[in-house]
Amino acid sequence: MTATTLDPGDTNAGETTAPVGLPRLLRDTATALDDHIAQHGPLPRSAAGVLIDEVDAAGLRGRGGASFPTATKLRAVAAGRRAVVVANGCEGEPASTKDALLLTRAPHLVLDGLALAAMAVRARQAIVATERVRGDVMDALARAISERAARGIDPVPVRLVGVPPRYLAGEESALVHFLDNGEAKPTNVPPRPFERGVHGRPTLVQNVETLAQIALIARHGAEWFRTLGTESEPGSALFTVSGGVATPGVYEAAFNTRVTALLDAAGGTPAPLSAVLVGGYFGAWVAASRLDGVRLGNESLRDVGAALGCGVVVAMPASVCGLREAARVTRYLAEESAGQCGPCVHGLAAVAAAMDALARGRHDRHTTHLLGRWTGQIAGRGACRHPDGAVRFVRSALEVFADEIAWHEQGRCSATETTRLLPVPSSAVRDGQWR
Amino acid sequence: MSVLAASSGSALWYLARATGMTALVLLTVSVVLGIVTSVRWSAPRWPRFVVEYVHRDVTLVVLALIVLHVATVVIDGFAPIGWLAGVVPFASPYRPIWLGLGALAFDLLLAIAVTSWLRHRIGFRTWRFVHWFAYGSWAVTVVHGLGTGTDTGQTWALFVYGACLVAVVAAVWWRLSVGWEHNPALRTAILGATFVLPLALFAWMRVGPLGSNWARRSGTPASVLAKAHRSQVTTSSDANGTTGSSGSQPGTDGGNGGDDGFGGFDR
Amino acid sequence: MHLRLDPITCDGHGVCAELFPERIELDDWGYPIVDASPIPERMLADARRAVFACPVLALKLVEEELAVTARPTGSRR
Repeated sequence: MTATTLDPGDTNAGETTAPVGLPRLLRDTATALDDHIAQHGPLPRSAAGVLIDEVDAAGLRGRGGASFPTATKLRAVAAGRRAVVVANGCEGEPASTKDALLLTRAPHLVLDGLALAAMAVRARQAIVATERVRGDVMDALARAISERAARGIDPVPVRLVGVPPRYLAGEESALVHFLDNGEAKPTNVPPRPFERGVHGRPTLVQNVETLAQIALIARHGAEWFRTLGTESEPGSALFTVSGGVATPGVYEAAFNTRVTALLDAAGGTPAPLSAVLVGGYFGAWVAASRLDGVRLGNESLRDVGAALGCGVVVAMPASVCGLREAARVTRYLAEESAGQCGPCVHGLAAVAAAMDALARGRHDRHTTHLLGRWTGQIAGRGACRHPDGAVRFVRSALEVFADEIAWHEQGRCSATETTRLLPVPSSAVRDGQWR
Repeated sequence: MSVLAASSGSALWYLARATGMTALVLLTVSVVLGIVTSVRWSAPRWPRFVVEYVHRDVTLVVLALIVLHVATVVIDGFAPIGWLAGVVPFASPYRPIWLGLGALAFDLLLAIAVTSWLRHRIGFRTWRFVHWFAYGSWAVTVVHGLGTGTDTGQTWALFVYGACLVAVVAAVWWRLSVGWEHNPALRTAILGATFVLPLALFAWMRVGPLGSNWARRSGTPASVLAKAHRSQVTTSSDANGTTGSSGSQPGTDGGNGGDDGFGGFDR
Repeated sequence: MHLRLDPITCDGHGVCAELFPERIELDDWGYPIVDASPIPERMLADARRAVFACPVLALKLVEEELAVTARPTGSRR
C-alpha cells in the first residue's frame, strides 16, 4: 500500500510504504540517516497549519503519561511567538524503557517529529532532553543530530541536553525549569509551558514517542494512523511489559488491545498473577481477577481505576509479595519528592512509613485509617502531580492487596519468593542532585 | 523669664529623652516579636496572627515615638538640630555621627514600614530583603542612644540598654536553635556575631561614651559646650564638676562622662 | 473571588487558618488545605486579612479559579 506524502510538489518524495498493521515505530531498524531515509523517505515539508490539522484528524494523544491531545498543544504553542520545542526523552519512570529503546533504535524518527513540530510552531529553538546517565541514549542522539546537521535537514539546530536522573526531571515544568536555570524541579502552573516556558517563550514539550508518531503521520496521513485502534482512541503505542512474563520488553500494540493479549505477546505469564500495575509508578494496580476484558485504552482502564500513563505494564506474580513491592516503590516515590511542597514532602514520607509498617505486619487498624486520611489530604495539593500519582498507586495497592495486608497483620505472607520485581534505582544512581 | 524658658526647655528635653528610651525599648520588643514569628511560637492565648499584629502595631508606635522624639529635640532648641537632621543622617552640627545614626535608624525603619505596607505589591523577596535591615536599625539605635543620649552614664540607663541587648541576643539564639539548614556557615557567622558585636560595643563604650570628655569628642559644638559650662559654673561650686545629688550634673568627670554638659537642667 | 495557594512558597506557618477557619484548615503537618470555592461578599474581609497575614505571601485572592485546579480531596475534619 503506497502512502500519500503531505507535499505532492516535493519531487524527492518518492514513495514509501506505509506500515500495514504492526509494527509501526518498532519497524525501524535504521539508526543511520541514510537507512532512515531509505526506509521512511525524506522529511516531509508542509505549510505549518497542514501538519497540525493532520495530527488533529489523527487524534494523536501524548505518550508521556498525560494523554493530552497533541494537536491542542501544537496549536497553543503555534499561537505564540519565538517558540521552543523540546523532545522529552527523560523517562524517569524506572519501569519504562520504551523511550530509551526508541531513541537508540530510531533516533531519526524522533528527530523528524521534532523538526516537524518545530516547523509547525515556527520554533526558534529545538532541544532533545534525556537522562545524562544514559550514555547509550546520549551517544545515539549525538550521532544522529550531527548527521542531520551535516546535511542541513533540521529547520532549527537541535541541542542535546542531559538531565539529572530524577523521577521528576521529565515532568513538563521541571524540564522547562532545568532548561532555564539548571534545577530539575517542578514549578507552579499556571502559566503552563505552552504559554510561558523556556526563557518565557511558548514551549512545546512532547514525549519522544509522540514525536515519532508525528513523523509517521506526516508521511502516511491521519487516515492511515486510524487504521489501528478505535474511533475514540486511534493508533498504536509502545508498552513496556515486565514482571512475571516470559519475555519482558517493549511491545507495540494498537489501542484497545486486551491487556491479556499484550501479556501473551510478551511470552505469556508462566505463573498465576495477583495483579498488574498499569501506567507507571504514578498509575494503578489492577487485580488479576478483574483483568479479563480490560483493554489498553483510557476508557476501559478507567472502569478499573487505572489509566494508560506512559505504557508501563508490570505483571505481579502471586508468588511475589505485592504489598512489599508496593511499599518499596512508595518509599522511592517519597524520596523522589522535589521537596518543595509541604503536603508532598511530609505526606509522602508518612504514607511511605505507614506502607512499610503494613508490609512488615507491624501495624494496626489505625494505620490503614491513617493511610486513607493522609492520601485524601495530600492529593491535589502539590505544585505538580507527583503526590497525586503516588496516592493513586498507594490507594490501588491498598485495595488490590487488602487480603495480603490482613495476612501480614497475622504474621503471614502469601509470597513464596523474595524477588524484587519493581525496579527502583539505587540512591547512588540518583546522586541526590537536582541540577 | 529665663527661669521659665529654662524650665520649658527642660521639660521638652526630658520628653526627648523619654521618647527616645521608650522607642528603643519598644523597638527591642518589636525585633523580639519578629523573631518569635519566625520561630513560629504560639500559645493558646497567643495565636500566630496575634504575635504578628502586635509586632506590627508596636513598630508603628515606635515610629510615632521617634517623630515625637525628633520634634521635642528640635523644638527645644538647646542644641542646634534642625528638622532635616531627623531624617538625613549626619546632617546636624551637633554630634553629627552619633545623632546621624539615629536618623539612619529612622530611615531604615521607615523603609521597613513602607515595604511592609506595600508587601503584596512588591513581592516577597524584595520585602524580605528590606526587612533584614530591622536588625541594623535596632543596632544603630542602640549606638545612637549611647552616643548622644543624655542619660548614657546613668546606671538605670545602662541597665535598660543591657536588657535590650540581652533580649535581642537571646531571641537570635532561639532563632538559630530552631534550625537554619540552608546555610550552616551563615548560622555560625551569626552566632559568632552575637558574641563579637556586644564585646565590640562594650569596648567602644569604655573609650567612648563612658570615657572622659565624651561631650567634646563626640562632636558637641563649642557654642553648646559653652552654654553648658556657663550653667555648670552657676550651679556647682566645684570646678571639677563632682556630681551633685541628681544625675544631671555637668559631666566633665570620668565616671559619668557620657553626660554631655547639658547636665545643668536644673538650671 | 477565590483563594489560591502557592504550594511551593507555602511554608506551613498556618496563620491563614487562624484568621479564616471557614475556608482554610490545616492538614496533619500544619499545611493549609484551602477551599477554592467562591467567597461570598460578607467573608471577603476575613479572606483579605488571611491573605495579608501570610508571612511568606503564599496566599492570594484571585478573580477566576483555574480550569484545572488543584482541588483538595478527602477528609476536611
